[in-house]
Parts: sequence; C-alpha cells; structure tokens
Amino acid sequence: MKKLAMTVGAVSLFFGVEVLGAEAVAPADVKIVDGAIATSLTGVAGDPAKGREWFVGRKLGNCLACHANSDTVDQPYHGEVGPPLDGVAERWSEEQLRAILVNSKQALSPETIMPAFYRDSGFNRVAEKFKGKTILSAQQIEDVVAYLKTLK
Amino acid sequence: MKTLVALSLAATLALSAGQAFAGEDSELVIDGETFVTKLDAPADSPLAEIISGWRFRSNETQELQTDDFENPAMIFAEYGEELWSRVDGAEGKSCADCHGDASESMKGLRASMPKWHEGKATLFTLEDHINWSREEHQKAEPWKWESQEMLAMTSYIGLQSRGMPVNVATDGPVAEWYEKGKELYYTRVGQLDMACANCHETNYGNMIRADHLSQGQTNGFPVYRMKWQGMGSIHRRFKGCMDNIRATPYKRGSDEFTALELYLASRGQGLSVETPSLRN
Ligand code: HEC
Ligand code: HEC
Repeated sequence: MKKLAMTVGAVSLFFGVEVLGAEAVAPADVKIVDGAIATSLTGVAGDPAKGREWFVGRKLGNCLACHANSDTVDQPYHGEVGPPLDGVAERWSEEQLRAILVNSKQALSPETIMPAFYRDSGFNRVAEKFKGKTILSAQQIEDVVAYLKTLK
Repeated sequence: MKTLVALSLAATLALSAGQAFAGEDSELVIDGETFVTKLDAPADSPLAEIISGWRFRSNETQELQTDDFENPAMIFAEYGEELWSRVDGAEGKSCADCHGDASESMKGLRASMPKWHEGKATLFTLEDHINWSREEHQKAEPWKWESQEMLAMTSYIGLQSRGMPVNVATDGPVAEWYEKGKELYYTRVGQLDMACANCHETNYGNMIRADHLSQGQTNGFPVYRMKWQGMGSIHRRFKGCMDNIRATPYKRGSDEFTALELYLASRGQGLSVETPSLRN
C-alpha cells in the first residue's frame, strides 16, 4: 500500500498532473444536505461486484452483521439488528444511500446503532490503531453504494 | 480483534452444525434445582424482563451447563477447592484456616458482589476481596486478575452462592459508583460508536451476525468460554466487547470496570447466580 502510494506520488510529480482523477473528498469535508450527498466522493464510478465483497466482508463493511439480504444468502449468518436490505434501491436514491453509509447518525437518526462508515474523528476512546481512520475508504463507499443500487 | 462487529467465528464454527436457538424458553435445572433465569423487571428497570445469558445460548451449550460432569468450568471450581485449603504466604495459612468450610462461610458472597469494603473504603469485586485477604491475612502475593488461580478461586467461591438470587446494594457510599457505571453503560465508544445499551438493552434477542445477543448479564461469571478455550472474568468480557467496537478498553480491575460491574449486577437483581457457567 505504502509502495503504491509512493509510486503514484512519483508518477504525478513526474507528470506534474493528477493522473488518478479527482482526489477523494476528506471525511471532514463531506456535506450531508437534506439526508443526501449529491456527488461521488471520488469521481470514480463504484464497482457493484467489489461493493458486494465489502458488504459481506467481516473486516470491512460487515453489513451482514446487522442486515439480512436475499442476494447474499450464500453467506452464513445474517443479522437482525437492522432492517433487511432487499429493495433498498427502491426506497432510497443513490445520493441518500451515500449519505446513510457516510454518516447514518446524520442521514437517518442520531440514535441509530449503525456505524458511520466514512467518518474519522469525534469518537470517544477509539482504539489506537483505528485513530484518525474511517471504516471504509471513499472508493469502498462508492462501491457499496453501487452494489446497493442493484438491490431492487 | 479485527472483525467489524466482532463476531467470534472460530467459536461458532464448533457449534454451527445444526445450531438451534430454540432455548429461550427452556428452564435451567441442575441437580434437580430450578434456577431463576427469567423474571419480571421492577418498574424502574429499563428492561421489561430480566433474562440470564444462559437462555440465549444454543441448545447444546445450554445442556452442557446442566451437568456438572460435562461443564468444563467445574474443573476450575475444583482447582479452587484445592487452593482453598492450600497453605500460602508468610503467615503459613490457608483460606480454610481462617474461613473454615467455604460452603458456609462463603455462601451468598458472590450474589452480593461487587460490594463496599469498609476497611479500604472503596468498592470491591470478588477478585479484590480475595487479593485483599491474601495480602492482609496470608501475607501472600496477590494473584493476577486473569490468572488460573484467581479464576479457580472466584469459580469456587461463586459456586457457594449458586442458585441464590443476585442481590447487590446500590445505595449509601456505593451510589456514586452506580451512577458512574450507568453513565459508562450508555456512553458510545470506539470507531463503531456504540454503547453497551445499543447491543444489550435495545437489541437483545436479535442475531448480530453469528451471535445471539443477550442482555449482557453477569450472574454466570466467571464463565468457561469455548472461544477462549478457558475461563474468563467479567472484566475480560467487558474488554472483549470494547475491543469489538474498536474502543480502547479500560483495565481489568479499574474503577471504570468495577463501576460497570456494579451497574450490570443491579440490572440482574433476582437472577440466580450460575457460577461457574458455560458460553460459546
Ligand atoms: C451495528 C448495526 C449495523 C451495521 C453494521 C450496519 N447497519 Fe445499516 N442499519 C442499521 C439499523 C439499525 C438501521 C435502521 C435505521 C435506524 O437505526 O433506525 C439501518 C439502516 C440502513 C439502511 C436504510 C434501510 C432501509 O431499508 O430503509 C441502509 C441502506 C443500510 N442500513 C445499509 C447498511 C450498509 C450498506 C452497511 C454496511 C456498510 C450497514 N448498513 C451496516 C444497523 C446497521
Ligand atoms: C456490538 C455489540 C455489542 C456491544 C456494543 C457490547 N456487547 Fe457485550 N456482548 C456482545 C455479544 C455478541 C456477546 C456474546 C453474546 C451475548 O451474550 O450477548 C456479548 C456478551 C456480553 C456479556 C456476557 C453475557 C453472558 O451471559 O455471557 C457481558 C457481561 C457483556 N457483553 C457486557 C457488555 C458491556 C458492559 C458492554 C459495554 C462496555 C458491552 N457488552 C457492549 C455484543 C456487544
């Protein structure tokens, strides 16, 4: 990862331009307006197949910890803490889904148990190794949004 | 612990085949004695019913706890019994030398833990009482919180209260500890930004991935946990829950965990002590 970042840095220095398209919006700069985030966090289209992986992955979104979902019945153990996500694309727009993932406390309700997946500060007693970090990266958020859009 | 909402896969794998959660209505009977594993909560409780963690376990795990020969936690209680009469420390005394028959002298102690200690003027867990007595009466080294000796002794002493109702005092000098514990219980912590209440008050009975959420009661501790392949204290469990939500846990034996232990015990008033019990 470090190596990759260095290579990219070297490349962009060399060419003197951004080769990877727009930079991701930093967590603190993301604005949720009326429960929605209008533009992509990265400018790079989300990949629904990857999004499904992050959705299922225990070390990533681990969405199945709390939500059930028919598209992933192949995966063991779906949680019951949140509502089933079947048909979620019919209930929410892409912009709303992005906001729910970025910060459910702002998009849904301050009381919700659902974690904010793209927030890196303002927490209480965060474990050292997660300090200043978000649960998912900006691109992973876009990937999961793209996946959720397939749940009609 | 790296998983997001922290679900102990290794442990569940062992039980996954035909795992059943029909046990919420079963009754716990050990040696013909029926335990109180569910009761109506008093009016001022945030819970409608008070339910032991035993009820939330799979049929297989439940059953192991009904038979002392099958319950692996009993091995620790037996080791505790051995330590009870073993001489230790500069005074050359065993616990039994001062306290005699544990089934009489220690009866009811676990049910009232944690409890105010007059001498030290602070709130004492069972572990604190044991170490205080070791230093004061035996002139022996204190045991480490999570040592095999401490777990054996808390199991053995706890066993002397088995079947008795949890009954902790929360008034007098202990009141401020209770308030502190309550505050901790409802404070969100960690990168996942959750409080104990989010899982154990609002969502008990629900599955969180592979885990069946209980009320987080403490009446069965210390417990033998298959995931740990061994015994663990109440504070070890607290630490595990805090690690899982990516929070920096408090230390075992800290004032914070002691306050939390008192608050949790008060939420479980009336449940039978099940020490030492079994978890997956
Ligand atoms: C710890 C529990 C938890 C986790 C983990 C979790 N959620 Fe949620 N989620 C909830 C709850 C509870 C709600 C219902 C909102 C509320 O709290 O009132 C919810 C609501 C939602 C909604 C709106 C649902 C609807 O049908 O209206 C979406 C979409 C959603 N979650 C997606 C996700 C995704 C995607 C992930 C993983 C990246 C995820 N959630 C992880 C608990 C969780
Ligand atoms: C993300 C969800 C979650 C949060 C938040 C959480 N726990 Fe837990 N806790 C669990 C799970 C899962 C278990 C194992 C199954 C069960 O008994 O609920 C557990 C078990 C326990 C147990 C053991 C109960 C028994 O009978 O064996 C105790 C005690 C406990 N938790 C206390 C706490 C305390 C105190 C906090 C806050 C510091 C806390 N928990 C926060 C998920 C959570």
